[in-house]
Amino acid sequence: MDQLLQHLVNGLVLGGTYALLGIGLTLIFGLMNVVNFAHGEFYTLGAYVAFAALGWAGVDFFVAVLAAIAAGAALGWVCEVTLLRPLRGESIDTTMLVMIGVWIVMQNAELLAWGGVAKSIPHPFPTAPLVLGPVAIAPLRLFVLVLAAALIAASWLLIQKTKLGRAMRATFQDRDTAALMGVGIGRIHAATFALGSGLAAAAGALLGPVFLAYPSMGDLASLKAFCVVILGGLGNLPGATLGGLLLGIAEEFGAGYISSGYRDAVGFVIIILVLLFRPSGLFARQERIA
Amino acid sequence: MTRIGRWLPALVALTLPLWLSTYHLHVAIMAGIFGVLALSLNLLLGYTGQLSLGHAAFFGIGAYTSALLTLRLEWSFWPALAAAMALAGAAGWFVGRLSLKLRGAYFVLVTISFAGVISLVSVNWIELTNGPLGLPGVPAPELGPWSLRTKSAYYYLVLAAVALCYAVCRRLVNSRIGRAFVALRENEPLAESVGVEVTHYLVVAAVVSAAMAGLGGSLYAHYTRFVSPEVFLFTYTVTMVIMVVAGGKGTLAGPLVGAVLFTVLPETLRAVASWQWQMLAYGLLLVLLLFFLPRGIVPQISAYIAGRPRSDPGARAPSP
Repeated sequence: MDQLLQHLVNGLVLGGTYALLGIGLTLIFGLMNVVNFAHGEFYTLGAYVAFAALGWAGVDFFVAVLAAIAAGAALGWVCEVTLLRPLRGESIDTTMLVMIGVWIVMQNAELLAWGGVAKSIPHPFPTAPLVLGPVAIAPLRLFVLVLAAALIAASWLLIQKTKLGRAMRATFQDRDTAALMGVGIGRIHAATFALGSGLAAAAGALLGPVFLAYPSMGDLASLKAFCVVILGGLGNLPGATLGGLLLGIAEEFGAGYISSGYRDAVGFVIIILVLLFRPSGLFARQERIA
Repeated sequence: MTRIGRWLPALVALTLPLWLSTYHLHVAIMAGIFGVLALSLNLLLGYTGQLSLGHAAFFGIGAYTSALLTLRLEWSFWPALAAAMALAGAAGWFVGRLSLKLRGAYFVLVTISFAGVISLVSVNWIELTNGPLGLPGVPAPELGPWSLRTKSAYYYLVLAAVALCYAVCRRLVNSRIGRAFVALRENEPLAESVGVEVTHYLVVAAVVSAAMAGLGGSLYAHYTRFVSPEVFLFTYTVTMVIMVVAGGKGTLAGPLVGAVLFTVLPETLRAVASWQWQMLAYGLLLVLLLFFLPRGIVPQISAYIAGRPRSDPGARAPSP
């Protein structure tokens, strides 16, 4: 029972960052119809920016996460404008292959820049865990969970309450009508891609110090993000949040009760099962992006 | 012109061991193995329009099956090869049946997930696969009294496999089945409305494609004489995709051209650029190809030949 609670808490910490990854991807996938296989590379980028900011510049962890978000969003914006904008209207396969190309380029650029050795990211939190009854949680993990929740809430507010968010929702529902109503589709696409990439970078900056930063860390992150998107349904923000938490908890339980070697198989199996039995996601409703 | 174009490559391929060094022959053998893999991926990606990013799984299943059967049960190469193809084909059937309702990105994700699970099994099921250490000492194949241990003998084995796969693809594509594939790729609802049974043909494509990838895996295992979970690396899948896209998806010659190009090119670049730089160049090249040569090399060249005056009208037909 104690173990169960502990796994649950660990799962929530993981799940919070998976939700961040998933929200970014579900927006890009749902709104732009781009299968972004480079999503995990923005996660890697975030982790390395955090490493540089914390390890070299020695800034506050909070600032490091903001720097990671800024770097991810900037690169995402560049990516959209240079690569995806000229290909709008091409088939989904073409943009998918282009993003696979971006994935390969970014991963190997990171490998060349940082070397293949995993880097541990320094963080300012004490290592002694906080003990709450049967559950122990490291202060760093608690911080990760809180910040992830804050970022999820912020994106939710951005999409629900701001003018930009309303334009994004309109574009998701009907691109042509939105364009006729004066929504600048190009701007919305760039903003969506930047937002999604920024969130992925934030996830990397948050999880990087918990684990390690290495160039191929984005591969699994991409797949987990896809798993979250599939669980939650396309363009479904609360779905992605719940899906992320669910995946995190399922992985912790899988690693704890079945075998830690198969931890990463949980996500794959979920992808296959959900696509087979509920292809529109667990929390499917007809309208989306809200 | 077309006759020379057809026979010259065959003649060159047949006499290659006579004028190549051992090292260059090694490159040729790898190009042949990748040719088989690219032909296999092209059946799905080029003809039915479904991108499989789990092709390394079928390749790896073939490699492991063949290696385990010859090592543990001391089968000889040929039945092990057949079993590798059968098991990979069965895996293809399984994936095809699973994902027959899924298209586009969702199909891609199921194939990736399948490959991910298989790869984790190869790392974690240590009793069977020896885990990350892999299986050394896979025996060289034998043909009657001869051992195909030498490079030139193995080259001819691989060449025969390429020819066989090419012939199978050609036969399939020019048959009723191939026309059904293309009909599905171009317009699925229309194809269905004239009576093309979607499910059936997609599963056929997946099985043949997977069995072919299994053949490639078996050839690879008995050539390098060593199998480890690295055969499931995503790099292999990416290489296959680039070969097909660069050469020209949906053409018969395209994957082979792509396979030769993208085996020879990295080997030539090896002296000047490290592996990471090569992979970086791969990624850039994939993006550039999609922007500037979206149909691939072979269709572009045949369009150029067909567009020239004085060429015989036979060359006008889209190249097979």
